Amino acid sequence: MKNFEIVSKKRLADNVCEYTVFAPLVVKHCKAGQFIILRTDEDGERVPFTICDYSRDEGTVCILVQEVGYTTLRLSRMSVGDVLADFVGPLGNATDLSEFSKICLIGGGIGTAVIYPQAKQLFNEGKSVDVIIGARNESLIMYRDNFASNCDDLYLITDDGSSGKKGFVTDMLKELVGGGKEYDCVFAVGPLPMMKAVCALTKELGIKTVVSMNSMMVDGTGMCGCCRLTVNGSTRYACIDGPEFDGHAVDFDEAILRSRTYRQQEQAHLCNIRG
Amino acid sequence: MAIENNTRNAMPTQAAEDRIRNFEEVALGYTPALAQAEAQRCLNCKNAPCMTGCPVGVRIPDFISKIKGGDMRGAAETLKADNNLPAICGRVCPQENQCEKYCVRKVKLGGSVAIGNLERYTADWALANQEETNSVCVERNGLRVAIVGSGPASLSCAADLARAGVAVTVFEALHKAGGVLVYGIPEFRLPKSLVAKEIENVTALGVKIITDVVVGKTVFIDELLEEYDAVFIGSGAGLPSFLKIKGENLNGVYSANEYLTRLNLMKAYKEDSATPVLRGEKVVVVGAGNVAMDSARTAIRLGAEVHLVYRRSRAEMPARAEEIEHAEEEGIVFNLLVNPVEILGKDGNVCGIRCVRMELGEPDASGRRSPIAVEGSEFDIDCDEVIVALGTTPNPIIKNSMPSLATTAKGTLCADANGRTNIERLYTGGDAMTGAATVILAMGAGKRAAKAILEDACGR
Repeated sequence: MKNFEIVSKKRLADNVCEYTVFAPLVVKHCKAGQFIILRTDEDGERVPFTICDYSRDEGTVCILVQEVGYTTLRLSRMSVGDVLADFVGPLGNATDLSEFSKICLIGGGIGTAVIYPQAKQLFNEGKSVDVIIGARNESLIMYRDNFASNCDDLYLITDDGSSGKKGFVTDMLKELVGGGKEYDCVFAVGPLPMMKAVCALTKELGIKTVVSMNSMMVDGTGMCGCCRLTVNGSTRYACIDGPEFDGHAVDFDEAILRSRTYRQQEQAHLCNIRG
Repeated sequence: MAIENNTRNAMPTQAAEDRIRNFEEVALGYTPALAQAEAQRCLNCKNAPCMTGCPVGVRIPDFISKIKGGDMRGAAETLKADNNLPAICGRVCPQENQCEKYCVRKVKLGGSVAIGNLERYTADWALANQEETNSVCVERNGLRVAIVGSGPASLSCAADLARAGVAVTVFEALHKAGGVLVYGIPEFRLPKSLVAKEIENVTALGVKIITDVVVGKTVFIDELLEEYDAVFIGSGAGLPSFLKIKGENLNGVYSANEYLTRLNLMKAYKEDSATPVLRGEKVVVVGAGNVAMDSARTAIRLGAEVHLVYRRSRAEMPARAEEIEHAEEEGIVFNLLVNPVEILGKDGNVCGIRCVRMELGEPDASGRRSPIAVEGSEFDIDCDEVIVALGTTPNPIIKNSMPSLATTAKGTLCADANGRTNIERLYTGGDAMTGAATVILAMGAGKRAAKAILEDACGR
């Protein structure tokens, strides 16, 4: 098998695919919470993706990709057997929730993939783990079955009520805590507005919250500063200081603005690639 | 014999009005006639004062004598015996502070011999006639060395070790080898095709380069020390410094590292590039070193009006004189004795930069007169992009992955003059050890470490 060869590709939703990539060097030391950076081809851009599963025996790393931009769309046109130009990692720091014992993991959209290895690990460590999965509608709910044997309770909630309850992940969390559930940590991964809303709620509820920041990056090793964000009033780099931060200290409004930096260019590129 | 008092032959360049519309090389290189005329100016001093200024010890009068005698192959061989990347050094070395500083012609005899220009001429000749000058394979001595990073320190160390018969493996974090030579220095100052050729010359010696490996993440130094006889860390300077003022995380504020990496490594200057870069109409560059000049001159080539702000005066600007002159010729506006205090934004995007005027007070620890803000002198410059070029601090990845490795308070790696760290068989050199410096100093450090590695290995 070739280095960086795509060994499996599964479509999980209309615009979401799971890719398993042969990357024996990356898998050797990778841990839950870390990410990789890939380029599809020689002229490609460098884009980070969180590792959502891996197999040290097979030498493979699994990522979940939502087709939202140039690179993710190009990736969607690659098939099993195709070889990525680059696949480097593991980057960033591993998740450390060791100080907590009653944890609520919240995944929004493809963020669900990021909380899956956490659920697996924490639940196996014998901790109390609840999982809330939120999505716009049923077709975007993924990994549901994976969680079944890796958590205490699994809750689904969709914007339109097509699966589970109707509403947002914050509604679900509020209901659970209101109903007597106790958590000493919430770990939330998903779109920035979702993480912002979760953090606003958990601050009120007084629950320590960890978020995984999916900033844009170039090198991913601290060299460029593209992924910088404000945490507790000072500038931090998602690539080397994160990607996980105390959610109550993150300036989400700034992060949301920064995520829109290349919106115009991205639109123009998408027109080109879609033809 | 009377010495002719002829003056130094200037390097032909693209005219400023043409070159700001392209990314092609500014300096065009000597013609054979110019090279011959300049070589003739060398007095072939017996004590060769120029050589004392060269961090890698190039035998300068020797190679210039060979140019004089029409023996280009001999000139190239002499040059390459001491300098592993001569086409690069001929372009980016600050020769005025090194070899040319000590040239006896400097003051009264028409100016120093243009050693850098002749080095470039010779190296380019060698690249164009590669087959004739390729080194032969050397016999392996059984030693195996791992090198972290593929910038100038690492390449220089790798080439010297390979020539001595060591099996060398270089691990590069990015997708392309070359370090600052490919991500930092712009095409118009150092063409990337030429960097690729110089790297090919290093790999031709048997050096293996593996990209996409972040040492400290993908593999650890401990593991490398188990597998190899020695390890050299040439991981470079690392983290960009920011101003720590309000508005610094607005869209449109770049570190010079990010801006230059997007443009050089990721080729964002090409219209069809997959990697985007914001193309501001009016760009303010903060800083006055070589990286600030590179950023400003890149921005002007993307069509921007470019202003540079620097808190000291012209005399203190750290960039090479040539870079400052080129930047001025290209129309970059220098705002000196001006310091930013806030970056102004609208809807999350940069719309200006607030500055104060400065005056120079007493000399500080560095010997430079320290700037003091003039009270009530605040003013705004309208702009839609700000590039911060204030240097870098060391990258923490390796240090964090290996707590036993001694570092300074600043985070640079501690080592002796020959790159020996506190850990046996582990060496370092270049910016990782010194903090941000020059290509040639890094190359010199790589050479010294190579020598130390070989000496220590023989002693074991």
